[in-house]
Amino acid sequence: MTAALARLEGVIRRFARPAVTALDGVSLDILPGRMTGLVGPDGAGKTTLIRLLAGLLDPDQGRVEVLGAPATRSDRAALGYMPQRFGLYEDLSVIENLTLHAELRGLPLAELDARLAELLDFTDLARFKPRLAGRLSGGMKQKLGLACAMVRAPKLLLLDEPGVGVDPVSRRELWAMVAELASSGIGVLWSTAYLDEAERCDTVHLLHEGKLLHSGPPADLTDTVRGRTFRLFAGAGARRALLERALDRDDVTDGTIQGASLRLVLAPEAKPPDAEALGRDIPLEVRPVPPRFEDAFVDRLGGGPPGTSALAVYYRDIPENDAPAIAAEGLTRRFGDFTAAHDISFSVARGQIFGLLGPNGAGKSTTFKMLCGLLTPSEGSGRVAGHDLRTARAEARQSLGYMAQKFSLYGDLSVRQNLDFFSGVYGLRGQARRAAIERVTDIFRLGSYLSTNAGLMPLGYKQRLALACAVMHEPPVLFLDEPTSGVDPIVRREFWTHINGLVGKGVTVLVTTHFMDEAEYCDRIALIYRSEQIATGTPDSLKDDAARMSELKDPTLEDAFIALIEASDRAREAAA
Amino acid sequence: MTPGLRRIRAMLVKETLQILRDPSTFLIAFVLPLILLFLFGYGVSLDTRDVKIGLALQDASAAARSLASAYEQSPWFDVHGSRELGDLENDMIAGRIRGIIVIPQDFGVHLARRDGGAEIQIITDGSLPNTASFVAAYAEGVRASWAEGYAGEHGLRVSPPLTVNPRFWFNPELASRYFLVPGSIAIVMTMIGTLLTALVVAREWERGTMEALMATPLGMAELIATKVIPYFVLGLGSAALCALLAVTLFGVPFRGSIPAFLGISSVFLIPALGQGLLISALSKNQFVASQVALIVAFLPAMVLSGFVFEIGSMPKPIQIITHFVPARYLIPSLQTVFMVGDLWGLYLRNSLILLGFGVVFFLLAIRATRRRLD
Repeated sequence: MTAALARLEGVIRRFARPAVTALDGVSLDILPGRMTGLVGPDGAGKTTLIRLLAGLLDPDQGRVEVLGAPATRSDRAALGYMPQRFGLYEDLSVIENLTLHAELRGLPLAELDARLAELLDFTDLARFKPRLAGRLSGGMKQKLGLACAMVRAPKLLLLDEPGVGVDPVSRRELWAMVAELASSGIGVLWSTAYLDEAERCDTVHLLHEGKLLHSGPPADLTDTVRGRTFRLFAGAGARRALLERALDRDDVTDGTIQGASLRLVLAPEAKPPDAEALGRDIPLEVRPVPPRFEDAFVDRLGGGPPGTSALAVYYRDIPENDAPAIAAEGLTRRFGDFTAAHDISFSVARGQIFGLLGPNGAGKSTTFKMLCGLLTPSEGSGRVAGHDLRTARAEARQSLGYMAQKFSLYGDLSVRQNLDFFSGVYGLRGQARRAAIERVTDIFRLGSYLSTNAGLMPLGYKQRLALACAVMHEPPVLFLDEPTSGVDPIVRREFWTHINGLVGKGVTVLVTTHFMDEAEYCDRIALIYRSEQIATGTPDSLKDDAARMSELKDPTLEDAFIALIEASDRAREAAA
Repeated sequence: MTPGLRRIRAMLVKETLQILRDPSTFLIAFVLPLILLFLFGYGVSLDTRDVKIGLALQDASAAARSLASAYEQSPWFDVHGSRELGDLENDMIAGRIRGIIVIPQDFGVHLARRDGGAEIQIITDGSLPNTASFVAAYAEGVRASWAEGYAGEHGLRVSPPLTVNPRFWFNPELASRYFLVPGSIAIVMTMIGTLLTALVVAREWERGTMEALMATPLGMAELIATKVIPYFVLGLGSAALCALLAVTLFGVPFRGSIPAFLGISSVFLIPALGQGLLISALSKNQFVASQVALIVAFLPAMVLSGFVFEIGSMPKPIQIITHFVPARYLIPSLQTVFMVGDLWGLYLRNSLILLGFGVVFFLLAIRATRRRLD
């Protein structure tokens, strides 16, 4: 067995504010030439572990050894570290950032020019050499951050959530670059919330509440649910109701929507539920499918939440209406001579989920803001719940619940005060207001946090509070901008249980997302790329399109996303 | 080149590029000093010149008109004439004028008779005691010198019992900008040394670049050095620019030597930079750092350093506090180098005290800047 590059032994690390034990007796090894994955829900202790390895924190107990020395005294020239926020100087250019890191790490002068040229080539940033880092897209910043961390071929590379907030295309490129490094013999620790990334690592360590739940090849964990994963085909119309019933059963530990079908993980020894058990009179097509890492991950953490949304139970029924709940007609927005969104058109019927997908900076948020009435369109029009955004902006806004991408509640107010404020803003008064607050407090389990400042809660609770604030006035339309970015799969499932329940009551949802499995919940999707709407359809039809274009067999939605974007790039290059 | 020197050089290049590109650095280092300099050079004046007074000329004799024109030509007064005392009284009540000089209608007659009854009346606004005594003294002064000249012209000998020839040393023209402009250089260096340094280091924490730097071989002492050197140069450059403008634009004399000026400025920058580093290491946040720097460095340098307000006339407890304000030890040196000439004993004493402050601040800053994130 090869000697470990880095080793944690019985490490305990506590923090005083907020009082948590971030790591509770963690031991692990990082070996050379391998991709070591670090996965776990938000707040599991991933960043603390990486900072301990980088020598930026001291352990309270236990030992942290890196390259044969205590981490705080290890040879930093042989260590590459990319913090979550990249650590780039935004007012320096690409080449200046790289040169700085090369000099700081003592790259021999004779090798300097060749190495920088090699890295620029490797990261495909040569074209952007003189561009200021602050003007790069999220994906390019990520690549530059990586290039800086590995400018002097490190022995150990520590990457803290390099994929977060980056679109699938950039994420794949980044993965390929790092995998190449690992194969050349260096040790890589890749921390991630994306389970598809974890699945491709050589070894993964699953952290949960500061404890290691699993260490070993991802397949070992995946194997724990082998033979328990199935897909149920029941037609697009019934899938949400079906999922709700399936998840309410004790013998189903986890379930998600995949296009028109359901994906279920069963309890050990359980048989797939039949049509009768799920309240259907036509037989279901049940197909066993190979397990995925995420299935095992959720199963290991105790399974997903039950299928019935307590929120939906109390929600008013949104009356039937033939008019579309959301309509965008040729929405265009220009900033100076830059067109941020061009000719975006779609309509969403009552009780449907519509998804806006696209890489960072593609124009999703601009479209979103125009429909919320936060930005005035340069051309085109939009209607929300029958209210024209140009003439009845206030009415349009009153009929929608909005959850912003970044936590946009008041961090310095308590949970209780936030709920009071937002219920008041949306016009709730007296008894109705008290009842609404009590209900969401109960449903989202905010009770123990009521007097805590909202900014100090774990991310998952912040997202719950944000959703609570958006739905208290029971709007017919919900706008969700990256609602589950950064939260763990369990919270994400809980979230979608509520959304599915609300949709069952007739609520219409517009959502933007980076998570492809989240996009699968949508009835229809518009793919926005370079300000243009390049494809619109159901998740399954987009996958079919991609299968035709790329000759992939049974592509995932992520494959489809990438194929469609590449096709758009080719078309634009051909036209140029 | 050793790896350590290479790291320092790389960081210095980086810092310089950032200084050149960041508009806020440019504003604080060059525009703000100019604004301060112009403000203290032109806007603020502690001199009493051109005080508005009223002149009630009730006599039409040649002597009375001659005295009136003596007032009008005096640089100390800006005269609003009127025959009616009542109008001037109203002006005084409204605060439009600060004093009234009445030349009564029998002034010329008494003067011609030489009966000693040629008197004028000086009325002052007692609600502003300083101005009132200034008006009284200078109005009397103008009258006295007029009387002397008048006597000479008319072949009379009025020999005063005693002649006082006042001389104002170091600032013969009593122009307040002669001491305000050098003093503002101290404020400028406090701004750059403390405020700017605190801001740039706090920015590294805020933007997460400090975390990336700490994971490289860069040592903490190297890091501090690369923050101190550029802002030291910037502070000294800005001080030199201010001095140049003071001499050329505002006509402030420069009686000391340039090495002395650079020496005392350099020594002052040490505690200023140390304080900036300490503030940023403790706050790690640009907003807090700027507030703290304004309160603990800028305001004391402005108010408690003897720059505007004389320390000798402050209450005793406040005077004790001023001993802990580094700028207090710079202002006298600066005023000396401009207006008196080199006094090495004074420079040395003040510089040693400033060095003491510098050592304390730097030790605290180094203690606070650890290679840890908690």
